[in-house]
Amino acid sequence: MSMIDIRNVTKRYGDTTVVDNVSMAVEKGEITVIVGTSGSGKSTLIRMINRLVPMTSGEIRVGGRNVADVPETELRRNIGYVIQGNGLFPHRTVAQNIATVPQLLGWERGRIDARVDELLGLFNLDPRSFAKKYPHQLSGGEQQRVGVARALAAGPEVLIMDEPFGALDPVIRGKAQDDLLAIQKQFGTTIILVTHDMDEAFHLGNRIAVMRGGRLLQYSTPEKIITEPADPFVQQLTGTTDRALKRMSLLPLTSGMAPAKAGLDHGLPQSLSLRDALAEMIWQGIDEAAVENEKKAAIGSISMSHLLELGRKE
Amino acid sequence: MKLLTANLFRVAALALLLILLFRTDWLSFLLTPLTKNNAPAVYTQSSLPLLALGHLQLVLISIVGSAVVAILGGVFVTRRSGADFLPLSRAIANAGQTFPPVAVLALAVPAMGFGAGPTLVALFLYGLLPIFENTISGLRQVSPAVLDAADGMGMNPTQRLFQVELPLALPLIIEGVKVATVINIGTATIGSTVAAKGLGEVIIAGLISDNTAFILQGGLIVGLMALLIYDAVGLVESAMTRRMGLRTA
Repeated sequence: MSMIDIRNVTKRYGDTTVVDNVSMAVEKGEITVIVGTSGSGKSTLIRMINRLVPMTSGEIRVGGRNVADVPETELRRNIGYVIQGNGLFPHRTVAQNIATVPQLLGWERGRIDARVDELLGLFNLDPRSFAKKYPHQLSGGEQQRVGVARALAAGPEVLIMDEPFGALDPVIRGKAQDDLLAIQKQFGTTIILVTHDMDEAFHLGNRIAVMRGGRLLQYSTPEKIITEPADPFVQQLTGTTDRALKRMSLLPLTSGMAPAKAGLDHGLPQSLSLRDALAEMIWQGIDEAAVENEKKAAIGSISMSHLLELGRKE
Repeated sequence: MKLLTANLFRVAALALLLILLFRTDWLSFLLTPLTKNNAPAVYTQSSLPLLALGHLQLVLISIVGSAVVAILGGVFVTRRSGADFLPLSRAIANAGQTFPPVAVLALAVPAMGFGAGPTLVALFLYGLLPIFENTISGLRQVSPAVLDAADGMGMNPTQRLFQVELPLALPLIIEGVKVATVINIGTATIGSTVAAKGLGEVIIAGLISDNTAFILQGGLIVGLMALLIYDAVGLVESAMTRRMGLRTA
């Protein structure tokens, strides 16, 4: 059973159809990224999951329950929600912000405090110095982390994120994306995230949905989005000039390596993607290298010619 | 340095007010030249502290009334269900402000008789507009992202109002109360024309007997009270906005 099941959902404002008969399912523990230009209906679609926007027709199930059957407040308290510009409450401290949903759920003081400390630690915000600060005293990156911590406070199974990294500069954004991946791995939260940044989609998504004009053009794995674009617009979004490299960036080095060989002078860490391996071999000017695990032991090998072959279209 | 002069000014204003209220005779050397024909320089017909107290009582009661009605009204017209009433409520609040308090007194005395009643009505009406308008702008300036987050966290409308909207609107609401209070401290002096206990009595006594010293005493006490209250409320307000980082006051 899918964690989030969107069936034939349509949203109309008067004569304008903003979301047009969209169906998609998000599996438990996966990150699904919805990409589209502004006005594509992507934000409206995810805001119908926690009923911030009422749908015109169709059905959405979260964890098997029809969202229309759950009282709005109860539904929202069980779904984490992160928005662009984080929406932190400026009159509440960091700790009070994070405690918002647990408080609404009526948790005991001690349990809330413990949870707040745990989350602050998890996001590398020292509770002693950050708990009592107000949002305006934080940097943009810190505010964003508090926003995510607040959404995760009551341990929701599903997290909805509406352009969560949109307001961050590129360096902090990359770090925030990696943090999100690490935390998602730890909690196993099912995430549905909206962005207009295709690179972000490839970096984060287990699956990518491309929307335009309210319609869902394609919903598949990042690889398929590159190799089998279902629509000229999808192709345009991903770009064609570097699709070989883009696809190689999605594949781990371990997926393309040959058995280990003796006598190779250079080693590459197994955590690299095919693209990173290629870049490193060009830079070092080598034709063949060993693939090494964390203990620097060779677990395989990779040659330049094989790498180039792997990047070729099928 | 700026802080020092500001505090110096505050202490001086407070000291002058206290002298005027409790030790007016200390100032007789200044007041006597303002009198004619050996008239008394210091107002002694009734106790100045008691008059000031009565004056503040009028203002306090009327402001509490205005605040309750205006804040409730402001909250109501910013809800979806009350939005249609915004123009009407605005018109009423505006009328309360434009209708001269003296005219309110003239109309209210036949109905309520002499005393504090008509003055309270006039002051109540006069205080509505600033508080009402500030409540509305205070609630409207709350960022849409913050409201979206409040909804998305699962707050119901009441929780959203009391935990998010009102706390964030509070600095502006207090600003409105401050303005209304200061206006009413001045306006309350006219209450003495219909026998409400207040500092207007001193000023009117001075006008009737052509005694500038009385007018000055009454006027100064009213002015200093308004100034000090304005300043004190302003301090509370800027402490709040600083904490929220809304303005760098």
